[in-house]
Amino acid sequence: MAILVLAEHDNQKVREGTLHAVTAAGKIGGDVHLLIAGQDCKAAADAAAKVKGVAKVIHVDDAAYANGLAENLAKLLQSLAANYSHLMATATAFGKNVMPRAAALLDAAQVSEIVAVEGPDTFIRPIYAGNALATVQATDKIKVLTVRATGFDAAAATGGSAAVETAPAAGDTGLSSYVGSELSKTERPELTSARIVISGGRGMQSGDNFKLLEAVADKLRAAVGASRAAVDAGFVPNEYQVGQTGKIVAPDLYIAVGISGAIQHLAGMKDSKVIVAINKDEDAPIFQVADYGLVADLFQAMPELAAALDK
Amino acid sequence: MKLLVAVKRVIDANVKVRVKADNTGVETANVKMAMNPFCEIAVEEAVRMKEAGTATEIVAVSCGGASCQETLRTALAMGADRGIHVQSDLELQPLAVAKLLKAVVEKEQPKLVILGKQAIDDDSNQTGQMLAGLLGWAQGTFASKLTVEGESLRVKREVDGGLETLLLKLPAVVTTDLRLNEPRYASLPNIMKAKKKPIEALTPDALGVDAAPRVKVLKVVEPPKRKSGAKVKTVAELVDKLRNEAKVI
Repeated sequence: MAILVLAEHDNQKVREGTLHAVTAAGKIGGDVHLLIAGQDCKAAADAAAKVKGVAKVIHVDDAAYANGLAENLAKLLQSLAANYSHLMATATAFGKNVMPRAAALLDAAQVSEIVAVEGPDTFIRPIYAGNALATVQATDKIKVLTVRATGFDAAAATGGSAAVETAPAAGDTGLSSYVGSELSKTERPELTSARIVISGGRGMQSGDNFKLLEAVADKLRAAVGASRAAVDAGFVPNEYQVGQTGKIVAPDLYIAVGISGAIQHLAGMKDSKVIVAINKDEDAPIFQVADYGLVADLFQAMPELAAALDK
Repeated sequence: MKLLVAVKRVIDANVKVRVKADNTGVETANVKMAMNPFCEIAVEEAVRMKEAGTATEIVAVSCGGASCQETLRTALAMGADRGIHVQSDLELQPLAVAKLLKAVVEKEQPKLVILGKQAIDDDSNQTGQMLAGLLGWAQGTFASKLTVEGESLRVKREVDGGLETLLLKLPAVVTTDLRLNEPRYASLPNIMKAKKKPIEALTPDALGVDAAPRVKVLKVVEPPKRKSGAKVKTVAELVDKLRNEAKVI
């Protein structure tokens, strides 16, 4: 039996997060098929065919899939499911929205945010904000999974040569419609795929002060993130949030600035390779997970850091 | 319109969770429990809709053991009108809860169901989407703003790149994100009043739902501990370490 991975794409190319799910699917065993559903997304389907480890691309082009509405995509997954042992997607806002609905339509449980594959039906997933790791076995005939991107390397975006097959659309449920988006524009790398992330917390005191982090981020080609406290305080928008209920990141270098280190924040970044904490409170819990801790006032340390990186 | 709000009892967010020595789960004996924070946001939103005159009645539902009644009392003290407790001592997984809620929805006929986007115990983030799928209703997950517009609901959603707005046909299912509202603390008079509000008791059997778990938990272990490293004294020393020791910049 084959595995179907629901791809996230922008009509031109497959999003980076999906490449991690392809790797996870490869560990389960069986042919990996990538589903590209969208409107005018032929270019993305062709790009998907080049992803290493993909045996076949299922391309479904229809207005019903133009904006990633869960109601329509879940119905499409249901219509394709008979040929598959596993349905998978990366645990992004997109995957988290669609997959449980598809699972329910198939009367199957979902295993969320797997970080390791132990066998075709057995997976490891974090629970309680990563304070425990559960090994679980799915007993339904079809396994529905979401994949935590940080648990698996990304498959190579090139080097493959899968066949592209067109499949019919499954119809528009008419239940919901897309109105619009307010997406933040940034030249910096995406938070979940950046090699370096610098995040600010409540200690930043204002949104304006995030400029101090941005100056450092630009020198390191880093993404900028934030703790829940900073987002709740309105310093930065929601898409900056790193943590249990925000984005999960595991960059090579994570710099936490003015972040105390609440459990729910640590859940989103503690798998980073190297962690730096800069905080004026030497008892801040963030220092317990930091490889390098600097007890300092961030308003002095940040300009100093920006200057030191030029040397 | 009538609203249904689902609430889950979980280990309090401030408790340090410990894995049981026999690796079957986490320690829940003598641990402080509370309403899941995202469910608090769901209750708050329902109460605000009633205060604004959009909602007429709020029914709070909780599925699980006898102590879920305390969580329901919290919802009632915040402003829900009555409670439904689906009593079960099984480990209720998201699909089972979605099926139980579907049965309650069919009985109560609400126009909108509000749930938290995820529970902070199993971190599954599934139940709302599953319920919407089972009902064949529209879903607005990770909501940061709700506006009723006639027979539609405008939902602003928190997505990876920012915010997205959808228009859902009612009836619909919504799951809450953190920025939807800031939940209130129940006042003492309201806590007293909540004691008199009715809670109906139901069971999976009475609702005709097979609530048996579909995912077996084989073991639960502690994650590998991250060692705390060294303190550096200056920014210059930090940059030197990152360049020459960790070699990450």
